[in-house]
Amino acid sequence: MLSKSQARAFFLGGTVVTFLIFIGLTVYSFMPRNDQTNHASITKDVIRGKELWETNNCMGCHSIMGEGGYYAPELTKVVERKGEAYVKIVLQSKEPWGPRGRKMVAYGMNDADADAMVAYFNWISKIDLNGFDRVVSPLSKDKN
Amino acid sequence: MKYKSQKVAYWFFALCMLLFALQLVYGFVMGFARIGMDGLHEVVPFNTARAVHTNLLVLWLLTGFMGAAYYIIPEESKRELISVKLAYVQLISLALVGVAALVGFHFNIWEGRKFLEIPRELDYLVVVNVLLFLGLILGTLYKAKQRTTTSLVLTMGLVFAALLYLPGMIWFDSQVTDSFFRWWVVHLWVEGVWELIMGGILSFLLIKLTGVDREVIEKWLYVIVGLTFLSGILGTGHHYYYIGVNKIWLIVGGIFSALEPLAFLAMALFAVYMYRKGEKSHPNKIALFWTIGASIVSFVGAGLLGFAHTLPQTNLYTHGTLVTAMHGHYAFWGAYAMIVLAIISYALPNLTGRKHYDNKNGHLAFWLANIGMLGMTVAFGVAGVIQVYMERRLKMEFMEVQNETKVHFVVLILCATIFTIGIGLYIYEFIKYGRPNDEALVKED
Ligand code: HEM
Ligand code: HEM
Ligand SMILES: [Fe+2]
Repeated sequence: MLSKSQARAFFLGGTVVTFLIFIGLTVYSFMPRNDQTNHASITKDVIRGKELWETNNCMGCHSIMGEGGYYAPELTKVVERKGEAYVKIVLQSKEPWGPRGRKMVAYGMNDADADAMVAYFNWISKIDLNGFDRVVSPLSKDKN
Repeated sequence: MKYKSQKVAYWFFALCMLLFALQLVYGFVMGFARIGMDGLHEVVPFNTARAVHTNLLVLWLLTGFMGAAYYIIPEESKRELISVKLAYVQLISLALVGVAALVGFHFNIWEGRKFLEIPRELDYLVVVNVLLFLGLILGTLYKAKQRTTTSLVLTMGLVFAALLYLPGMIWFDSQVTDSFFRWWVVHLWVEGVWELIMGGILSFLLIKLTGVDREVIEKWLYVIVGLTFLSGILGTGHHYYYIGVNKIWLIVGGIFSALEPLAFLAMALFAVYMYRKGEKSHPNKIALFWTIGASIVSFVGAGLLGFAHTLPQTNLYTHGTLVTAMHGHYAFWGAYAMIVLAIISYALPNLTGRKHYDNKNGHLAFWLANIGMLGMTVAFGVAGVIQVYMERRLKMEFMEVQNETKVHFVVLILCATIFTIGIGLYIYEFIKYGRPNDEALVKED
């Protein structure tokens, strides 16, 4: 029968081995030649967009690349689906946006911030999501 | 209780009860918003309610784990905590940091990264607080007369949990890199190191409640936490399928996360088997129910419902839908909420010296909470499957589909009410037990 020290060896051994593989795969994922995100095209505007995304907790209702809340639409392909002008109107609205009943917080963003958000969405929409982009955003696919 | 300093655990548990109750309030805010009753939108918009709901959850669970450690470590080490005063300082500062973060969420002060919404400035205070906590626990262990496997596994879980908080504090320009390391915190917590904490608490409870030999229990504890890390570390890959990183994670994440339920299955078999094998029949039946319950419900919520959407072929469709919310609720409930309620139910009579072991309210609380949560899980699940089908198969518009799922949120609110009555009874019993006192000191519980 298994002894306690064998059980401990199983625990320690398994942990160390899988952890090392995990680190290896992490390094592999971030090697420039495996980049699926057009990392080089992250502009100042995209970064500003990400900052706005975080400081307003947009993810508390929406999801992006499938991560976030389930209360409001997925935004990975929102610009393709709705167009830049529409997205900017929503962000700049001073009244809670909610044409179908469910309300969004009224952010009343200025023009520069709204542009930054759009830049961020545009960058996101070009990421290679291993096929998820076609499932999550059928409308944009159908349109193209 | 055997050591005076264990009393500090009581106050952690009391804070736990308060935070838990508040968590439910915000759950209802979201539930009602989802059926169109969003009258609070201007004051508590959905994203605020969500951040408060999930952060309170994490906070009360961590508070419970800390209370558990302050209760278990002295007993396992056969000595008092090195400083009771500092433990109270730690408790109060934890409460203050927590409250500051939660209040901030109501004023658009946060970092919108799911589950890690606490702003960076407060993160540093969290780190200081946790270091103080770990200092007290490690100091006590260092001076201990004995260091049991149970106490080591529990402490290892707590130390790793603290270390893993750090990758979540780094700023990245890329949303993809940000998500990648966010999962180092979120996934490696719940499907890694928190299982060590759960395993440690479970093993302590089984030793006390069943009277099975410590050596046997602790041997299996190693096997369980071994399975946890073996599957859970590489299982992180199930969050990397569709967020813009290499396809290799589809294979690695798929295989290893599919093995994750084994650790939970082992935990359930372990608990049930030790219970059967045990000769001792401890009178604290309520603690026994929560303990065995946690091991079984965690297998269903985390193991089975996790497995249900963990293969890349399935996750492609369910990723980021209410199916995830279904699993999130039942997994957190079974594994972590129930184990915290188990250790509280076990410790409370010992801390206060009042042995109302087999009271009716306690049993009723257990059943109402569990029936309510099961119902909520089904409601989320049905809404989730409908969402997946209509939105991702039939390609219907988001809000059109959401309107179709409204009725399931009415059911959710009804079940949540049953659940809340159960938790209300639990808290009522907690209060009725009264305060901890030195007269409760005994040689053997
Ligand atoms: C007690 C343990 C567990 C807890 C508390 C838990 C909780 C959660 C939560 C809260 C989420 C949502 C995360 C987010 O979107 O930010 C999630 C996602 C997920 N969990 Fe778990 N989980 C546990 C165990 C497991 C296990 C054992 C498996 C697999 C067998 C699993 C599979 C998944 C998958 C595949 C997702 C991603 C869903 C998606 O793509 O939207 N979980 N889990
Ligand atoms: C009164 C009872 C409760 C109600 C009405 C409730 C309702 C909700 C709702 C509506 C959401 C948001 C889903 C969305 O984004 O649309 C949510 C999220 C969540 N709740 Fe609860 N909840 C309750 C209790 C609990 C309990 C007891 C737990 C833990 C044991 C819990 C854990 C969570 C988690 C982990 C999430 C995030 C899930 C995810 O992002 O996938 N909730 N809850
Ligand atoms: Fe996970």
